[in-house]
Amino acid sequence: MVPFLGRIGRYTIDQIAGMGRMFLFLISAILQAFRAPAKLRLIVYHIKTIGVDSLSVVSLSGFFTGMVMGFQGYYSLRQFNAESWLGSATALSLLRELGPVLSAFMVTGRTGSAMAAELGTMRATEQIDALYSMAINPIKYLVTPRIVASLIAMPMLTAIFNVIGIFGSYAVGVGILGVSSGSFFSGMENSVVFHDVYSGMIKSVCFGLIITWICCYKGFHAPPMATGVSQATTESVVLSFVFILVWDYFLTSIML
Amino acid sequence: MIKVVNLQKSFGRQKVLKGVNLEFATGKITTIVGTSGCGKTVLLKHLNALLLPDEGEVLINGIDITKLGQKELYRIRAKFGVLFQGAALLDSMTVFDNVGFPLREKTRMNESEVKTKVADRLEQVGLGEMGHKLPAELSGGMRKRAGLARALIMDPEIVLFDEPTTGLDPVLATGIHQLISRTQNDFGYTGIIVSHTIPQVFDISDYIVMLAGGVVEEVAPPQAFSASENPIVQQFIHGRTEGPIEVL
Repeated sequence: MVPFLGRIGRYTIDQIAGMGRMFLFLISAILQAFRAPAKLRLIVYHIKTIGVDSLSVVSLSGFFTGMVMGFQGYYSLRQFNAESWLGSATALSLLRELGPVLSAFMVTGRTGSAMAAELGTMRATEQIDALYSMAINPIKYLVTPRIVASLIAMPMLTAIFNVIGIFGSYAVGVGILGVSSGSFFSGMENSVVFHDVYSGMIKSVCFGLIITWICCYKGFHAPPMATGVSQATTESVVLSFVFILVWDYFLTSIML
Repeated sequence: MIKVVNLQKSFGRQKVLKGVNLEFATGKITTIVGTSGCGKTVLLKHLNALLLPDEGEVLINGIDITKLGQKELYRIRAKFGVLFQGAALLDSMTVFDNVGFPLREKTRMNESEVKTKVADRLEQVGLGEMGHKLPAELSGGMRKRAGLARALIMDPEIVLFDEPTTGLDPVLATGIHQLISRTQNDFGYTGIIVSHTIPQVFDISDYIVMLAGGVVEEVAPPQAFSASENPIVQQFIHGRTEGPIEVL
């Protein structure tokens, strides 16, 4: 019984210590953002890798999400003779919830996993040790620019996801199912308020932070071997998804 | 001057270094030899605080670097150049940018000064025409030479070499040894090499350190080392399976 309790205690302490290390890692990365010199060129480069390079997958998933919502929304609303509310239902769902969450999922899969794998490989091939030995802070060089870039790129990606998603719903609702274009947009105009837009944007900024924080942490501390890198990549994606959903719940409950 | 005092380090339950005491001669090349897994690289990584000991001290010019804060530690690390086992070039950059990286990050040199110095170093290691290539496009020997150029770019006082000839053919290994010897003569740095390539590495070394069982077994100039009566040293030099060193 005592060894069993000991194991539980050790596991609990390890988990708490692990969480503490994750938070210290984040704090360290954020503090480095305020220390000169700013790595502007790296930030721009990572805005490209996180933002521009994810554009196609985010656009495509946004378009199909919107089309599905067009179909589902239309047949659900038709039961109440409320097809004209399709635009409103689509816009509110996308702006408040689906846009930020699904675009964050796409970025996690597309870029977050690549971040974890890249940093994990750098750890395994001693490139991170090389930075330390050159008296260069690897957190400032590798992590902080990615975090700053994600804070800039994620709201933009979410905005694009939202617009394309609404267009997808419009294409199905108006183009295929015969909802009037005027009622699609007037419903949207009447029900969407600025709060819906910025609450989604705040979520997307938080999700950007979560993705880069977790993926960089997992990659940075990956065991220096092939299985270590693959394990870190998997863990970073799964943990990011979980954190995104948990934070989505908290942010929704605060901002509603 | 680098001095290691009672250095101890464990990983989990495995005690790798059990009290290493060692002094490295300034401006000389010291080679650390020993069986695989005996802690040579672990010892090397303690010298610029890439690893911190469980107990003991690492003194650089009398300063114990194991107790320094981050800022002071970075200042001490700037004295070091390191050639890693796989060269550890940043694979997103060209060879030129890799070698120039510490200058761009840590100095206020303008771009033309950086270009001149990087070109000089690349020329010295025989990679004058290879600056535009990515690390993945280089052979193992070229990568080591590029790593050496990067290690020397900041004119370090101390250069650490972690198995600089591992994976290279004997001719190339001799070439790398000669390069280390030549650059040490040119720049006068204190060189510390971890190597398995015996006896070839003896030709460029001023002192040989034998690490076994987590402690220093022997420190001597190459000739005296070869003539040592220590059975561990003799078994290691001659690659015998019988003797005090346990095999498998």
